[in-house]
Amino acid sequence: MKADGPKTPSISTFSARRPFFLALVAVLALALVSPALAAAPQTSLADVEDEVMCPICGTLLELSESPQAERQKAFVSALIAEGRTKEEIKDALVEEYGQEVLALPEGSGFNISAYLAPVVAFLVAAIALAVGVARWRREGSDRTRETEPSAGPSEEQAERLEADLAKYDL
Amino acid sequence: MSARSFIAFLAVAAVVGLLGFGLLSKGSAEVAVGDPVPDRALPVLGGEGEGKIADYRGRWVLVNLWASWCDPCREEVPALERFHRRNRERLTVLGINVQDNSVDALAFLDEFGATYPQLRSVGNERSEAFGTTGVPENFLVDPKGRVALIRVGPVDDRFLAEQVVPLLPGGAS
Repeated sequence: MKADGPKTPSISTFSARRPFFLALVAVLALALVSPALAAAPQTSLADVEDEVMCPICGTLLELSESPQAERQKAFVSALIAEGRTKEEIKDALVEEYGQEVLALPEGSGFNISAYLAPVVAFLVAAIALAVGVARWRREGSDRTRETEPSAGPSEEQAERLEADLAKYDL
Repeated sequence: MSARSFIAFLAVAAVVGLLGFGLLSKGSAEVAVGDPVPDRALPVLGGEGEGKIADYRGRWVLVNLWASWCDPCREEVPALERFHRRNRERLTVLGINVQDNSVDALAFLDEFGATYPQLRSVGNERSEAFGTTGVPENFLVDPKGRVALIRVGPVDDRFLAEQVVPLLPGGAS
């Protein structure tokens, strides 16, 4: 009588079940990714309107209530409803209203001065302050040296002083 | 001049230069009657390609700067459309949409059934070129490309009949 031992699955068994395993992997992957997608923050009007301008009003969109600003807000809201990201919305606004719609200009060309000027101004102020403090300390040190009491009269001066005083010695 | 004075002079010159650049680049050029009309190629609103006022050289052109959010612009569109239809043999009404988004602009034209040609200026660029202070503003351009009449604000049938028509070939006939 032939006893059957525990069977090891053959390669052909895996091949037969391959579609099942692939489907299982796909379902698991989807289950992992879905919460991440659901958790992705959705752009809001408030998130966009504090970074763009109402070009006619010359103020931030969030502070503007002109008819043009209201239409601009409606335009942004429609793009949000389409699921666009903040950057995509800002690109669309630039396409419609020009570069002046951005509260902060793009960092290229002459616009880069908007970012460089504060840094340069800070560096110049820091250098000026450092030079000023160094000079002030040096001048203070010189003044101290000038006002330091002398070591006293030289031997020759002391002798002359004694001689002069002796003249008036009573 | 000492080195310190020279550096101070350079710093002051740089600040003045930057202020001047800012003023010149943002300044508006006011257009007067008799001036050549400010012109450049602009995208066709809701269409392909570009167009410019000079495309109509040899004809009278009534340039209308407008925006969909502007109430007076809504008031004048029917009069402009009627004027365009009645005078198309001797004049072209040319709309330039400014300070607007193209979605609203196209919806506006659709709402009023405006059929005259339309260009689109992105942002404030054309408004600054014409030196306008708002919308709508209208500029009648003669066949040589010079501004013949300026209307700050909306036009109506009466203004078009009394101020524009007499300037056209054949006058009020």
